[in-house]
Amino acid sequence: MSDSTHGQGPGEPEEGSLPGAQGETGEESQGRHRVIGTPSPAESRLLLAETAGGSAPGLPAAKPRTLPADPQDMAGAKRAEKIVAACFILAMLAGFGFIASYVIFQVHSVTNVLHSNLALGTCMGLAFLLLGVGATIWVRRLMPYVELTEMRHPMRSEPENREAFADTFKEGADTSQFVKRPILRRTLIAATVPVAVAPIVLLRDLGPLPRESLDHTVWRKGMRLLNYGANTPIRPGDFSSPGGMITVVPDGFQNDFNALAKAACIIIKFAPGQVVYTDHDYPVPNLTVKNWTVDNIVCYSKICTHVGCPAALYEETTHHILCPCHQSTFDATRGAKVIFGPATRPLPQLPMTVDAEGYLVARSDFTEPVGPSFWERGNSS
Amino acid sequence: MSIDKALSGTGSWLDDRLHGAKGLRTFFRKIFPDHWTFLLGEIALYSFIILLLTGTFLALFFKPSMTEVVYHGSYIKLDGVHMSEAYASTLNISFDVRGGLLMRQIHHWAADLFVAAILAHMLRIFFTGAYRKPREINWLIGLVLFTLSLLEGLFGYSLPDDLLSGAGLRITQGVLQSIPIVGTYLSFFLFGGQYPGTDIIPRLYILHVLLIPGLFMALIGAHLFIMFHQKHTQMPGKGRTNQNVVGAPMYPYFMAKTGAFFFFTFAVLALAATFAQINPVWLYGPYNPLAISAGSQPDFYMGFLEGALRIMPPWQWVVFGHTFAFNVFIPALLPLGGIMTAAALWPFLEQWITGDKNEHHVNDRPRNAPTRTALGMAAVSFYGVLWAEGANDVLAQHFNVPLYTITWIARFAVFLVPIFTYIITKRICLGLQRKDLHLIQHGVETGIVRQLPSGGFIEETRPLDEEELAALGRPVALALPSGEGGAEAEVPAPDMRGGLGRVKARLNKIVNESVPIDEHGANGHGANGHGANGHGANGHSATAEDHAAVSSGSDDEG
Repeated sequence: MSDSTHGQGPGEPEEGSLPGAQGETGEESQGRHRVIGTPSPAESRLLLAETAGGSAPGLPAAKPRTLPADPQDMAGAKRAEKIVAACFILAMLAGFGFIASYVIFQVHSVTNVLHSNLALGTCMGLAFLLLGVGATIWVRRLMPYVELTEMRHPMRSEPENREAFADTFKEGADTSQFVKRPILRRTLIAATVPVAVAPIVLLRDLGPLPRESLDHTVWRKGMRLLNYGANTPIRPGDFSSPGGMITVVPDGFQNDFNALAKAACIIIKFAPGQVVYTDHDYPVPNLTVKNWTVDNIVCYSKICTHVGCPAALYEETTHHILCPCHQSTFDATRGAKVIFGPATRPLPQLPMTVDAEGYLVARSDFTEPVGPSFWERGNSS
Repeated sequence: MSIDKALSGTGSWLDDRLHGAKGLRTFFRKIFPDHWTFLLGEIALYSFIILLLTGTFLALFFKPSMTEVVYHGSYIKLDGVHMSEAYASTLNISFDVRGGLLMRQIHHWAADLFVAAILAHMLRIFFTGAYRKPREINWLIGLVLFTLSLLEGLFGYSLPDDLLSGAGLRITQGVLQSIPIVGTYLSFFLFGGQYPGTDIIPRLYILHVLLIPGLFMALIGAHLFIMFHQKHTQMPGKGRTNQNVVGAPMYPYFMAKTGAFFFFTFAVLALAATFAQINPVWLYGPYNPLAISAGSQPDFYMGFLEGALRIMPPWQWVVFGHTFAFNVFIPALLPLGGIMTAAALWPFLEQWITGDKNEHHVNDRPRNAPTRTALGMAAVSFYGVLWAEGANDVLAQHFNVPLYTITWIARFAVFLVPIFTYIITKRICLGLQRKDLHLIQHGVETGIVRQLPSGGFIEETRPLDEEELAALGRPVALALPSGEGGAEAEVPAPDMRGGLGRVKARLNKIVNESVPIDEHGANGHGANGHGANGHGANGHSATAEDHAAVSSGSDDEG
């Protein structure tokens, strides 16, 4: 698409007009602001002269145009030139400064890194900043401002071109026999189907199928609860008084993130009468299963039933367990039922008892899947 | 001619082989209109280039591996701690590679700037109507780029495998798992089994450094090529029409200016990385599924999704042994999906409503398309409420308001605020149109006060000059085939009949609501200036003559 480009430096005499051309279009497009100067006709370079005048029907033929060579205010330009050159020199110095900083400032400690970062970053930032400032002053103070007008043409091709294309396309389709021989066409399409599906099949080994794996954790009957971090087993007597929340993990899995991402638990010791119990041996809404607790010590899953963050905050006065990610809040005295936030289910309770040596152990795995909901979960309990 | 000189030497050598003189000349004299908002897309482009440069540097040192190692590097506080190789190598980049911390911080700041610039650029395109024919394809490409940028950002900041980003990954996994039917499969395939596994970091890494950047390059290339081919839009102004493009040529003006702008972008990012710490992963510690800290916030562009998760009431169904976790997958998919779908359909819906199939190269000023502007602002406020809710714990702490109160407010605000924003924005737009009309009819106040012979005082005004008048633009209004009020016309046009036609006519009326401008001043004062005082009056006052005048005005002004 050849465009008729025309325009002029503001105030440029209209000497370049073609016979019959109207100056109107050019004048309209004159720059309004930042008009620095006009070209000296003698020195203008004929860069934009060749234009397809009149290519847009109904519009005046475009005039040959030149970009002005010199700014009007030569003295001001001289000053600007000095400023720009100074910017570039400083940018160069900042660049050298960057290299020098790289050599001078060593790292390997927090303080050193701080100094190195400051030196390198300041030099780098200054270098780019000065380059930008210099270039901007150059454009605005030294390059004579022009505003040119370029004609647009509708994006839609001319009717004859569209027809010609349609003909060519049809011609090719006919020649290729694609239309005439349906058997070839259909077998080709049939052949591409498995080829297109194959890459998807290839992705199958990205991971195992979920199967039942989300339904269980590593907790087993008799497995000790370890105080996470210290990794020591816990006796009910270790709790001198009711109070805070302790994170516990299954013995043997204290460093296994894959196991802990589901099996992590919290235990809380309550004063007698604080917890609202059920005597059933299965979870009942809004109640804690008494038989799964030991001496008012209650154990819940630590994995939030919303999207799986660790429900790590505990407010002793209200007995609220809070997940800091999305603020699902659970009441620890009432089977960890949801009292606020986006979680829909209570934190599952881990059945607990004590072993022969008096340590807290699991009675069994959780009786329902822990963590976030999933399609196959259903009401499973 | 000097052309010979310019093409001498290398140029001549290249042209002998590539035949580039003609094409390059066209390229050089390509016209770029000027407006400050046209720089927003450039910021996004330059951030992307800076991301490629700094990202390449980081990739030279980063080890995308979840193999457990014991750290013995320069950051003494974590000495002897077990961590993944990914986290250890991030510490190594920060503390043991000269310039490593600077590059990491530039990369992170650039990522934030990239998404922010895309957002701002997208809003500019929307509010000025620059997405209209023939630019719908570029609008759609832009929407894909925006969505990809969110994914790319999420994957990128998950790579260091620190405690904060690990929580983000855990949430991502929980969301994935909640999707009906395929959720658990998606999660198991992405993570290579149960969460967290040891595959996720290397997998995110290859997506982050190869697949998504590759898509970016292809789409940005297409985006720029189409923009170039269609020529840039321009703001209304004297001599600017739908048939031309007015501005400075590519060479030398635009090249020099845009080059300077690249330096400014890089400078700002370098200085931000020097003086403003971002993502100090060494303070968070290595990832551990049992640990989390309060006040964990994702990067800003994930905030609205985080807010959507926080705001959602606990709704879940269990049907025939299957779980619909509405509490998770609705907030995760609906806000982004809804905004993106609406944005993708809007240009076509607008064409259908207005019946406007013309090309548009002169942008609208937002006030001149009140309904569009109001819809856009409603979407922005919807996003804004979710975004603020994403930091509800921080807000609660700073403003000393109970956490749950903030969530409850947000639960209502997310529906009410967009509605109010729509109404208020529309009123503001119409008010601004009236102000424009006042300028047209009564001119600009000069500050010169005169005393009348009768003793009264008046302020002198001067009429707008041609440039000022042109820069005001024209309200968007396009009559449907049957003219204004298609359904009310005596003989409706074919596509205005039936239920759908009536819907169209109704929507058309809403979209066309504007203060009519009658430049000739004939009954201007009585009928327009005061008669059309907001409310329903506007829609009706837009008569067929007004539309004729308006559309001819906006099409061949100048």
